[in-house]
Amino acid sequence: MKKLSLIALATAMCLSGGIAAASRYGLQDPQTSIARDIYSLHTLILWICVVIFVAVFGAMFYSIFKHRKSVGHKAAHFHENTTVEVIWTVIPFVILLGMAYPATKTIIEMKDTSNPDLTIKATGYQWKWGYEYIKGEGSLTGVSDGVSFYSNLSTPQEQIHDPKVQKGENYLLEVDNELVVPVGKKVRILTTAADVIHAFWVPAFGVKQDAIPGFIRDTWFKVDQPGVYRGQCAELCGKEHGFMPIVVRAVSEEEFKDWASKQKPAAVAAAPAADATQVAAVAPAADATAAAAGPVDGKKTYEGLCAACHGAGIAGAPKVGDKAAWTARLAQGDATLAKHAIEGIRAMPAKGGNPALSDAEVKAAVEHMVGLSK
Amino acid sequence: MEAVHGHDHAHDHHHPTGITRWLTTTNHKDIGSMYLWFSFTMFITGGILALGIRAELFQPGLQLWKPEFFNQLTTMHGLMMVFGAIMPAFVGFANWQIPLMIGASDMAFARMNNFSFWLLPPAALLLASSFFVPGGATGAGWTLYAPLSVQQGMGMDLAIFAVHIMGASSIMGSINIIVTILNMRAPGMTLMKMPLFVWTWLITAYLLIAVMPVLAGAVTMLLTDRHFGTNFFNAAGGGDPVLYQHVFWFFGHPEVYIMILPAFGIVSQVIPTFARKPLFGYASMVYATASIAILSFIVWAHHMFVTGMPAAGQLFFMYATMLIAVPTGVKVFNWVATMWKGSMTFETPMLFSVGFLFVFTMGGFTGLVCAVAPIDIQIQDTYYVVAHFHYVLVAGSLFALFSGTYFWLPKWTGHMYDEKLGKLHFWLSMIFFNMTFFVMHFLGLAGMPRRIPDYSQQFADFNMIASIGAFGFGLTQLIFLAVIIKCIKGGPKAPAKPWEGADTLEWTLPSPAPYHTFETPPVVK
Repeated sequence: MKKLSLIALATAMCLSGGIAAASRYGLQDPQTSIARDIYSLHTLILWICVVIFVAVFGAMFYSIFKHRKSVGHKAAHFHENTTVEVIWTVIPFVILLGMAYPATKTIIEMKDTSNPDLTIKATGYQWKWGYEYIKGEGSLTGVSDGVSFYSNLSTPQEQIHDPKVQKGENYLLEVDNELVVPVGKKVRILTTAADVIHAFWVPAFGVKQDAIPGFIRDTWFKVDQPGVYRGQCAELCGKEHGFMPIVVRAVSEEEFKDWASKQKPAAVAAAPAADATQVAAVAPAADATAAAAGPVDGKKTYEGLCAACHGAGIAGAPKVGDKAAWTARLAQGDATLAKHAIEGIRAMPAKGGNPALSDAEVKAAVEHMVGLSK
Repeated sequence: MEAVHGHDHAHDHHHPTGITRWLTTTNHKDIGSMYLWFSFTMFITGGILALGIRAELFQPGLQLWKPEFFNQLTTMHGLMMVFGAIMPAFVGFANWQIPLMIGASDMAFARMNNFSFWLLPPAALLLASSFFVPGGATGAGWTLYAPLSVQQGMGMDLAIFAVHIMGASSIMGSINIIVTILNMRAPGMTLMKMPLFVWTWLITAYLLIAVMPVLAGAVTMLLTDRHFGTNFFNAAGGGDPVLYQHVFWFFGHPEVYIMILPAFGIVSQVIPTFARKPLFGYASMVYATASIAILSFIVWAHHMFVTGMPAAGQLFFMYATMLIAVPTGVKVFNWVATMWKGSMTFETPMLFSVGFLFVFTMGGFTGLVCAVAPIDIQIQDTYYVVAHFHYVLVAGSLFALFSGTYFWLPKWTGHMYDEKLGKLHFWLSMIFFNMTFFVMHFLGLAGMPRRIPDYSQQFADFNMIASIGAFGFGLTQLIFLAVIIKCIKGGPKAPAKPWEGADTLEWTLPSPAPYHTFETPPVVK
């Protein structure tokens, strides 16, 4: 029974940890309303489980000590009791209803990504994150539009590989460029990936969302307090999966605006490829031109769809920026190119496989690509 | 017995000896033994891989392995334990016990039975040898999620073929089990008189037939995406990476119950035997097993709450998953009620069954925590989930397998096992198991992702405890091996019915069970 007391002790530690909000034994200190909901849901269910656990195993251990042959207990011979069986089927069902109600409310809140103040696209790469502050609805639109950067692990390699080197305080949870967000504002995160599935996870925000190549998913958070919050990629994505942390710095709105204005010119000039949505990441150089010259809609369509094949020259698609591949095609004239793109040609499906696009959007995308490839 | 079985003995003398005996055997007992030895071998192999994982995680920093090899260790540990150790072990039990418990002379398709087993060693060799091909074994995780699995080297192809072969083996084994149970029961043994182990296997076999082809489909699509230009899981070609997860988990969740229902069956034989009291609520046990099996088909996407499914999807899969707690609860209550007012003794099989009940239920509770979608979103892909499924797979399936092994060893070998060593095996397993996996709950809640070779410093102490526990647990299993070998080689003669409270048909046979049994079916009243 030593084990039992060990487990009881550990369970008690777990609980007291939870109550004292010490992240050591329980969930991290919640920093958003969603994380708080998750935290209290977990506490509620843990307590319900503890009560049931004590009741069931109290009975079992009582039986183990009292109803054993060595103390001379004679076996009874009952083997069913419909009333009891109905009771212990119905009661758990009712308890489950009690758990499902708050859980349902939380799910609906988590899924409500409407009316954000700021929208940021997080792109998972093997093995780093790319962030792009994009134009969207909300009070902070315009402040940081177009700011984009990569975020790499900044822990020195020798700390990882050399046991003699002292590891830093935020070992493996530190990056070169932190994601900066304003406190008290609803931030919508769009996730996608360039290669394999990653997952954007910040435990203190109660936010975890897979980043899936070729698709956009979204989630949101509104941070209460300024501070630095650390998370990690949560979906196995290859060899450096353990080495692509997420660090979010939450600052006041003023500081955020200040930070954004400093980032913007530099970001446009350098314009890393953080905004490539699709399987094939576009070369940073091509992207810089795009940011400067390309018509906005065409660029968006290109990056969201066409770049999947034209970015890398997949399935016979002429690669954007590859002059040789484009010369013969350009000779056919813009109208023919647009027609082919709208109707589909060879391996290319009509409108690149997205019938929701208007002809004008496809044309704009073609013009954008032509502009990059002349 | 001599007079009755004179004919069998003639048979005994004619069957081939040496390796040919094992290659050509169609005897359910021989095949059962081979399954059990095969799964034990895989258990040790998968265990060594696990120790490789725990050794690297002993402290922060990369000491032993490159990250890509670490991923290969986690992946192959999972594949080998699920497909090589746990599943074949239960099939081994089915082979040995189902004919004995229903009074049949052998399995229905004896030759197919031989083939089902002999497919497994080549599959295991494919898996094991994939470590030595260029690029090494697959490191995409045992779930083999696309597109990561599409990126892998040829080790991935070997794993795909291994899964195909093991799937074929499982399907044949299941057909055999279903036909045997439905057609070869002794006169008078109606379905509702079958021992619960037979019932759980009947239901499990149906699950296997339903979902193994789905897994085969998923990995075949992977194979064609990898080599033949299809785009099932590639968005750029009109596919969807999430499709893989839907197909995989449509197999994967019933698979979870495939690995636990026969364990429920074993425990349902052992507890009444040592409580000297009939199983409480036999009928409700059967219905609960069937309900769990049916529910298992409509809960798969609870593995995918963070893929970004709509709120309605999350709600449906959350409610359906929570419902599973009801029949599972019924089972736990029934077992406790079976013990209640019994006259219990605690030989090793009983210890492992009670241990199963206690620790498996903890895994059930964390399962409930994981079922609640908002909490799951927080703890998915963390060590909390690792703790959860090891509580149900190790403390659940594996402890039940140990319990069953000790329970039936006297029947299989004709000798009693060493009770002292058996009890030592139980207590050490229990202590080290909890030492390894209990602390993982804390790690997961505090935010340590699974499948990472290195971690930040706040996770260091619990990882060290878990690693020490894992090595303790691994070494403890050598005691199990010693008990088995000792029991096969000798020991006190086992009577036909070594357990006072046992009442199923196998205990009417002498120990060890003769090579051929129940050629004239017994009559069940």
